[in-house]
Amino acid sequence: MSAESPRQQATDAPGAPRPETARALAAGTRPRRFGAWYVAEHRFRVMRSYLQTMLATGIGSPIIYLYGLGAGLASLIDAPVASQPGAEGVPYLVFVAPALLASAAITVATEEFSYPIMLGYKWNPTFTGMHASPIRPGQIVDGIVISVTVRILATSAVYYLFMLLFGAVPSPLGYLAVLAATLGGLAFGHLLMAYVSTLEQDTGQIALVMRFLVLPMTLFSGTFFPLSQLPWFLQPIGWVSPLWHATELSRVFAYGYPEPLWLTVVHVVVLVAMAAVGWIASRRIAARRLGR
Amino acid sequence: MPAPVITARDLRKQYEDVAAVDGISFEVSPGESFGLLGPNGAGKSTTMRMVGAVSTRTSGDLEILGLDPNAHGPDIRSQLGVVPQADNLDTELRVRENLLVYGRYFGLPRRTIAERADELLAFAQLEEKSKAKVDALSGGMKRRLTIARALINDPRILLLDEPTTGLDPQARHILWDRLFRLKEQGTTLVLTTHYMDEAEQLCDRLIVVDHGRIMAEGTPAELIRAHSSREVLEVRFGADRNAEVAKRLEGVGDRIEVLPDRILVYSANGEAELVRITEAGLHPITSLVRRSSLEDVFLRLTGRSLIE
Repeated sequence: MSAESPRQQATDAPGAPRPETARALAAGTRPRRFGAWYVAEHRFRVMRSYLQTMLATGIGSPIIYLYGLGAGLASLIDAPVASQPGAEGVPYLVFVAPALLASAAITVATEEFSYPIMLGYKWNPTFTGMHASPIRPGQIVDGIVISVTVRILATSAVYYLFMLLFGAVPSPLGYLAVLAATLGGLAFGHLLMAYVSTLEQDTGQIALVMRFLVLPMTLFSGTFFPLSQLPWFLQPIGWVSPLWHATELSRVFAYGYPEPLWLTVVHVVVLVAMAAVGWIASRRIAARRLGR
Repeated sequence: MPAPVITARDLRKQYEDVAAVDGISFEVSPGESFGLLGPNGAGKSTTMRMVGAVSTRTSGDLEILGLDPNAHGPDIRSQLGVVPQADNLDTELRVRENLLVYGRYFGLPRRTIAERADELLAFAQLEEKSKAKVDALSGGMKRRLTIARALINDPRILLLDEPTTGLDPQARHILWDRLFRLKEQGTTLVLTTHYMDEAEQLCDRLIVVDHGRIMAEGTPAELIRAHSSREVLEVRFGADRNAEVAKRLEGVGDRIEVLPDRILVYSANGEAELVRITEAGLHPITSLVRRSSLEDVFLRLTGRSLIE
């Protein structure tokens, strides 16, 4: 109080602020509280413009993969697949379906957290436009997370319905696999979003991520065969792969995959940690990048 | 006098070792139309981004509507309309949708936004393009849509960064007309430009900015009076002769400025100076007498012309 100059005290006389100041403070309240939802609304409207593509892939891919692997590959694999040596096996389709579910969730996350992020920062800088309104950079990130979470949940739910149709879910807790897959998608997606947010130019980095990260991750994350089938020195790839953790977690729910409880807890903790780190980093990068 | 809506004191923005804005002070009164005039890279856009409560200042004081942007960014931005230098309309949405989505960012009810969107489409003369894709619009139409979008929250202050850069003359005049109407309605306008005619048309008062500093401040007429003569005689003797002839013109007019393509003679009476030059036996290829403009002010203050 003592630092205030006499002049300031005179102009900022006690009591009501200037009417335009009061108006600003009042008008800022709703955006401060609901800004992220407004961003999500915007994203949903954009998604509507490619709704047909979303429906086609959302319905087409479970049919193609489950039928292809269920009726095709599974017919060659007669023996039940056991996750660990000595464990009781399950039919191949039951084994592979939760992995396909998790993989589908990560595919949607990859789609939504890569080019659209670059688009918003650079190619069609809608994030700059949002930031010129009362929306804060962190709310832009939150809004995107909300909208993509809804899309991943919906895609995974559709996938799950087809899994039921193909008789690939013996456990009554199977529906929880949808949540496990979504969590996996967010774990990978948030990290990807943080990385893409740092790119000033896309000189092929995003394509590189797809080719040399997403594709190998699918091959080495216990998707089509148990991780234990890999030589020991390749197995760590699975341990750091969000797809592996999401797949294993989905298997626990979809058919009571026998693994120790502590390992199930590890899957959840790793996925939540990845999602949180990616989310927080994305918010910080957004604040730095948009506030330059 | 009402309290200023914008007060900047010794405002600075440092990017690593470059001072983009290097100690700028100014005030803008409500309803005023205030311009920042200067060449590219002068620090105009950076100043606008700080005033827009988007970019954080390195030092100095800044108050918009009585609030500090460091603490009240969202509150301040709720009262601003921003027309950025590069259009950032959402090209994945249609024309009207861009307004609907943007209105939500201010927390406005959907019905209010829908009503305003229709009014603003009429104001921007884009009613027939309501369902068009943004990419199908011309440059001038995109600009008008961006201005319509900036008005969706009925802002106290409209910030326009190079509003007509890249537009053809006709599109510029349509835009000026729209901005003039806003000014008449009492909206405070803050705009940057490197076009003299734009500044003269739209600004009540302006600052001339170069290298992040203020070179001069005043109304367009005041600036011209203070830093230039009433008239300017432009004479051309051919690119290779201008410099040589200029030596023989010493004493002609109040002051002479030699540009690569022409010589400017500053004087209260341009015609009289032309007579003196021809009487001295010099015959320019072309000659032109005009009134002094802000371009001359800028040239005088910085020794450079605005558009190189």
